[in-house]
Amino acid sequence: MNTGRNIQAGLMHSLLQTLAQPPASGTEALRDLRAQALVRAQALGLPGARDEEWRFTDLSALGNLDFKPAAAQGPVTEADIQRFILQEAHASRLVFIDGVYAPPLSALHGLPQGVLAASLAEAPAHPLLHAYLSRQVDWRKGVFAALNTGLFRDVALLVIPSQTEISAPVHLLFITRAHHAAHAVHPRCLVLAEAHSQCTLIEDYASLAEDVYFNNAVTEITLQQSARLRHIRLQRDSRAAFHIAGAAVSVARGAHYHASSVTLGARLSRYSPVITLEQDAECVLDGLVMIAGRQLADTHSIVDHAQPHAKSRQTHKCIVDEGAHAVFNGKVIVHKDAQLTDAAQESRTLLLSDKARVNVKPELQILADDVKCAHGATVGQLEDEELFYLKSRGIGETQARNLLTYAFAAELIERIPADSLKTSLREAVLQRTHSGQVLEPA
Amino acid sequence: MGKLLLEVRDLHASVAGVEILKGVNLGVRAGEVHAIMGPNGSGKSTFSKLLAGHPAYSVTRGEVLFQGANLFALSAEERARAGLFLAFQYPVEIPGVSNAAFLRLAYNTLQKQRGGEELDPLEFDDLAREKLKLVDMDESFLQRSVNAGFSGGEKKRNEILQMALLDPALAVLDETDSGLDIDALRVVADGVNKLLKPGNAVLLVTHYQRLLDYITPHFVHVMEDGRIVKTGDKELAKQLEQRGYDWLRDDAAVPA
Ligand SMILES: Nc1ncnc2c1ncn2[C@@H]1O[C@H](COP(=O)(O)OP(=O)(O)OP(=O)(O)O)[C@@H](O)[C@H]1O
Ligand SMILES: [Mg+2]
Repeated sequence: MNTGRNIQAGLMHSLLQTLAQPPASGTEALRDLRAQALVRAQALGLPGARDEEWRFTDLSALGNLDFKPAAAQGPVTEADIQRFILQEAHASRLVFIDGVYAPPLSALHGLPQGVLAASLAEAPAHPLLHAYLSRQVDWRKGVFAALNTGLFRDVALLVIPSQTEISAPVHLLFITRAHHAAHAVHPRCLVLAEAHSQCTLIEDYASLAEDVYFNNAVTEITLQQSARLRHIRLQRDSRAAFHIAGAAVSVARGAHYHASSVTLGARLSRYSPVITLEQDAECVLDGLVMIAGRQLADTHSIVDHAQPHAKSRQTHKCIVDEGAHAVFNGKVIVHKDAQLTDAAQESRTLLLSDKARVNVKPELQILADDVKCAHGATVGQLEDEELFYLKSRGIGETQARNLLTYAFAAELIERIPADSLKTSLREAVLQRTHSGQVLEPA
Repeated sequence: MGKLLLEVRDLHASVAGVEILKGVNLGVRAGEVHAIMGPNGSGKSTFSKLLAGHPAYSVTRGEVLFQGANLFALSAEERARAGLFLAFQYPVEIPGVSNAAFLRLAYNTLQKQRGGEELDPLEFDDLAREKLKLVDMDESFLQRSVNAGFSGGEKKRNEILQMALLDPALAVLDETDSGLDIDALRVVADGVNKLLKPGNAVLLVTHYQRLLDYITPHFVHVMEDGRIVKTGDKELAKQLEQRGYDWLRDDAAVPA
């Protein structure tokens, strides 16, 4: 088979392209790290069909892409990104265009004093980089993390000092612009919530065109003791794009991490968050996947109860329409001395068409004996009786279906703490129409 | 005499291959209240849901005209828009859809159909509050999910609330009085009496005479094994209350 060679060739193009545009700055230690990561990436290669972790997610289309260097273009204007701007974060926004910080599009004046919200270029030697970058994400094991580490052009840095509360959400907006040929972007985020701090973070991937590109993102988040972080992750990439992302989150003693991950875009996407909980830590993981057409969305999560008496609550919901395919692999690890762990995982899938598919696999590795671990998975369709009830009140077929689809997602959408985002998600669900079905007459 | 709203002729219907309705004949005119009584399993809900367009039932013979037009040519939503309303024997719970949003959507859909004014959430809220009083329900029911976790009686009140908002030409109430306390029974009766304008009609499916103390039916029908076997006036309901259905069977045994 020549696919293997093509894969490596595609990767090499990508490497060369991005190496021609190294990060603007960085310390020597950082340069060393990146060089090592690149070597490692080449040694690892892309996972193939034999790799159990990638069984349902065929990367050959990505491997066959021929990445070209990005051609020079004029600046992106605020008008171009207007539709992605969130009212709540109008003064707490960092915008990255093709992985590079764009100060004119960003607005930080709403952040409290002492908060660091910056890019690598602005803080090339920040001690945070040395202490935390690549400390959580294991680039030695994962080729995509290694590629990101070797090739990122910038880093979004956010430090919330201890005892500080940021009331407005911080919006990290990663925009990919239109290009003539496939290109790769390696967004990178590094977040430190110091002890007793509080913040809402919105990590957002979007594009200006329905283009083919590869977003390879890595996010590292550290919550120190008793910090609280609300993390919204919105993947609304082009439906022709590839999106592969990893997140590593460590939640220290007494800290509280609540994530809502929303997957709408990309032809192929994979999100792999790893959450490590220390004693008395708590995490809530909400996942909402809404895909159609020929999209594939894969979520591989790991909740790692490393210490006693931590609590995790995971709710993963997929809405799969047309010929789309969702994959959910939810691993919960309870270490030997993590007694009194309280973990619950629920996965629910709504299949809206006969061709829609889902593969769900809960994976519990429980090594402690005094624990509560619950998990459940359901796969279903819209309820005929509910549809009939709505229709018997004059509500049309399409609208009734959309309303029930919304109802399925509502629990997770309504928990999102930014009203403008909540509204647009609500609309995205309510106005999605079933293709092949005629719209209601006006 | 009011004009004929509903005309059922020799209606046969089956579900999952089993014939349930075996030749129903019925005519309902504007301004009339009809009660349908009959033993469990005789086909009353089947008949009601069939009228509303439930997809599980298939018509094998006969026809139904609603306001002079073939009812079966219309989808469930079109029937509702044409002015047919079914209060469900078992209202469906829809977690995740707020009652307010649902009611407003239904209301505006029908308003649009009738060329009336559609209401925004604030305007609708005022209207809904007013109607809530009619059914003696707390405003908090608007914020809750449709029927989710409602008690049996609350669900029935919610059906009457919908009827009051949608103002149908023909309301079919399938055992809306079952499981209601005395106060709720009065609420249902008031709702029905308010709806009864000269152009409208009501078809009440009930097991008990009680409701008919508050709403006087013009006709009482007895359904038995998929047919209407006897039609009378309100005195028939009283007789049934006292004597049950057995004496009817003896009567019906006389060949027609
Ligand atoms: N979906 C179905 N599948 C199989 N049988 C059905 C179905 N729906 C109704 N039936 C049967 O049809 C018959 C009539 O049922 P229906 O609900 O119409 O009775 P009913 O007169 O409303 O009774 P009740 O007074 O108990 O409400 C019953 O024997 C019932 O079991
Ligand atoms: Mg019944």
